[in-house]
Amino acid sequence: MRELTFRDALNEALDEELGRDPDTFLMGEEVGAYNGAYKVSKGLLDKYGPKRVVDSPISELGFCGLGVGAAMMGLKPIIEVMTWNFAILAMDQIVNTAAKMRYMAAGELSCPIVFRGPNGAARSLGAQHSQWFEAQYAYFPGIKVIVPSTPADAKGLLKSAIRDPDPVVFMESETMYAWKGMVPEGEYTIPIGKGDIKREGTDCTIVAWGKALKIALDGAELLAKDGINCEVVDPRTIRPLDEEIIVNSVRKTGACVVFEEGWPYYNVGAQISDIVQRACFDVLDSPVIRVTGADVPMPYARTLEDAARPDPTSVVAGVKNALNVRS
Amino acid sequence: MAKPTYGLAEKLDKATLVNMYRQLVLLRKFEERCAQQYALQKIAGFCHLYIGQEAVAVGTEFGITPDDYVITAYRDHGQILTRGTPPGPVMAELFGKVTGVAKGKGGSMHLFDIPRNFYGGWGIVGGQIPLALGAAYSSKYREDGKVTVCYFGEAAVNQGAFHEALNMAALWKVPAIFICENNRYGMGTPIEVSSAVTQVHKRACAYDMPGVYADGKDTLAMYEAVKAAADRARAGEGPTLIEADTYRYRGHSMSDPAVYRTREEVDQERKLDPIPKMRDWILSKKAAKEAELDAIDEQIDKDVEESIRFAEESPWPPVSDLYEDIYVDPIRQHGDMK
Ligand SMILES: Cc1ncc(C[n+]2csc(CCOP(=O)(O)OP(=O)(O)O)c2C)c(N)n1
Repeated sequence: MRELTFRDALNEALDEELGRDPDTFLMGEEVGAYNGAYKVSKGLLDKYGPKRVVDSPISELGFCGLGVGAAMMGLKPIIEVMTWNFAILAMDQIVNTAAKMRYMAAGELSCPIVFRGPNGAARSLGAQHSQWFEAQYAYFPGIKVIVPSTPADAKGLLKSAIRDPDPVVFMESETMYAWKGMVPEGEYTIPIGKGDIKREGTDCTIVAWGKALKIALDGAELLAKDGINCEVVDPRTIRPLDEEIIVNSVRKTGACVVFEEGWPYYNVGAQISDIVQRACFDVLDSPVIRVTGADVPMPYARTLEDAARPDPTSVVAGVKNALNVRS
Repeated sequence: MAKPTYGLAEKLDKATLVNMYRQLVLLRKFEERCAQQYALQKIAGFCHLYIGQEAVAVGTEFGITPDDYVITAYRDHGQILTRGTPPGPVMAELFGKVTGVAKGKGGSMHLFDIPRNFYGGWGIVGGQIPLALGAAYSSKYREDGKVTVCYFGEAAVNQGAFHEALNMAALWKVPAIFICENNRYGMGTPIEVSSAVTQVHKRACAYDMPGVYADGKDTLAMYEAVKAAADRARAGEGPTLIEADTYRYRGHSMSDPAVYRTREEVDQERKLDPIPKMRDWILSKKAAKEAELDAIDEQIDKDVEESIRFAEESPWPPVSDLYEDIYVDPIRQHGDMK
């Protein structure tokens, strides 16, 4: 084990997979000569050359579609979107084409592509650059959606995503790239669809993924001071979702909070809440509590932005609510 | 009208000319029967007929090889038949039967025949153009010598997808041929109402690629234009945009009575029909006798009839197929846990 940043863990995954499989190539805006808008592809152009690491024009629909067409022919493109905010322009190619090609061709086609890039809000970027998209993509059958929360997970999951025969949406977070974590040495992968318990506990289950996972863990530490011992479950992949790990945890703790930074309406938490209420109705003493960001476009001003984003104290409030504890 | 003069096409052998004729007649007769089967409600959904445009697909096919890739939009019956897919599985797909080319999951707009390098069959106007870019990109990447042909209508050129794909295709010199089937109407909208530049081939200058005008009602003219573009692509010189000047006799889809144009206009266009044009050429070249061509017509009537029987008698897809073919390795659906 050694300590790596999220960025370097991702870079290692890309490097290893580009080195392993000549059918893989990385394409996106600024991924080559500029080394990536967030430096995730640093050094890869030098190592693999312009055939394997391709700088594309600002043409999201076009280069995402190019990747889908190349994947249709059996190549394994890794398409970096500068942020998921801009991939809205490519939504048609991802959800209307990549996701459905196998079904419409009755199994004659497959689309082994990975679309990856940062998701969510950074700091003071305003409404068009601060949005969470996992629910949008997870809505579509035919796509897999991965949202890793640690450098180690990110590396192992990205390697699995690149090897996966289906289209995968892989969501990082702008503010996580410099986060550090222990990453195993050598070759390893993490299976898509297997969640992970990031903190063991007995009193309440908190489900969170991606950047929100860390906030959830911070919240759990605050709660521990009050003698409330939370279990924090990281599904790691949103589709397929490890329902079992969530349900088993809630059956153990008897309470559930789903925590995400995104908007409250029609989101991933809604789906998880539905699953838990049906599978764990007999053990729940209170409804599943959903903690989310505020239902507003992200404001710029610091005061407003802070008010719009959930933090560890929001997690604490959510858990106390689920446990019927007065704050 | 003066007989057109050809260069390359003059060199085609008799068998090839007769094959071209056979293909044209197959497309025409197949779709005439589609219209009928649609009226009988055997074919459902949207059904876009290709009648009138046959010379484009047939001429194109002879200008490329079976190893090359072809991608198109929802008006795809003609293109898949031209690739050599037998009419039975195509008709069965239109009927929604499990013996169809996509086991009844695709329907009229989503036909596929991967072994014959026919990659669909896509429903979003312009959406297949970046896919074609990717297919051609894969050929450049692998240096496999294949060319990708992408068909789209003249209304599709106003989509960002067209611009984005052609820019990158030219930038990276991928082996692609973009064929705009300019049938002058996008649903009910004439091209003059939707496009600032109505001569689509002129748009190629924006990408510094050749923009070629071709008579899309003339099979041999299409063949020549596509052959030249394919040679260019294979020589590593990059993509070509071909505007095929054509016309559809029917409405946009079966549900469109096409009242936005006059009877006279349609009649005028029908005088330029590609099938008699090809027939006359063959007879003038003494490549076949009238009787041989008549025999082809009759045989195709039978083949199409047989395709309907095949579709009719084929079973529906079993409901157990519903969750098949979503992922390579099926994943558990949400809510499986009780
Ligand atoms: C993005 C999108 N917008 C609208 C439609 C509905 N629609 C289907 S075909 C069509 C007209 C397209 O005309 P053209 O591209 O010229 O092709 P043609 O039908 O003439 O072959 C329209 C508006 C669609 N399928 N996709």
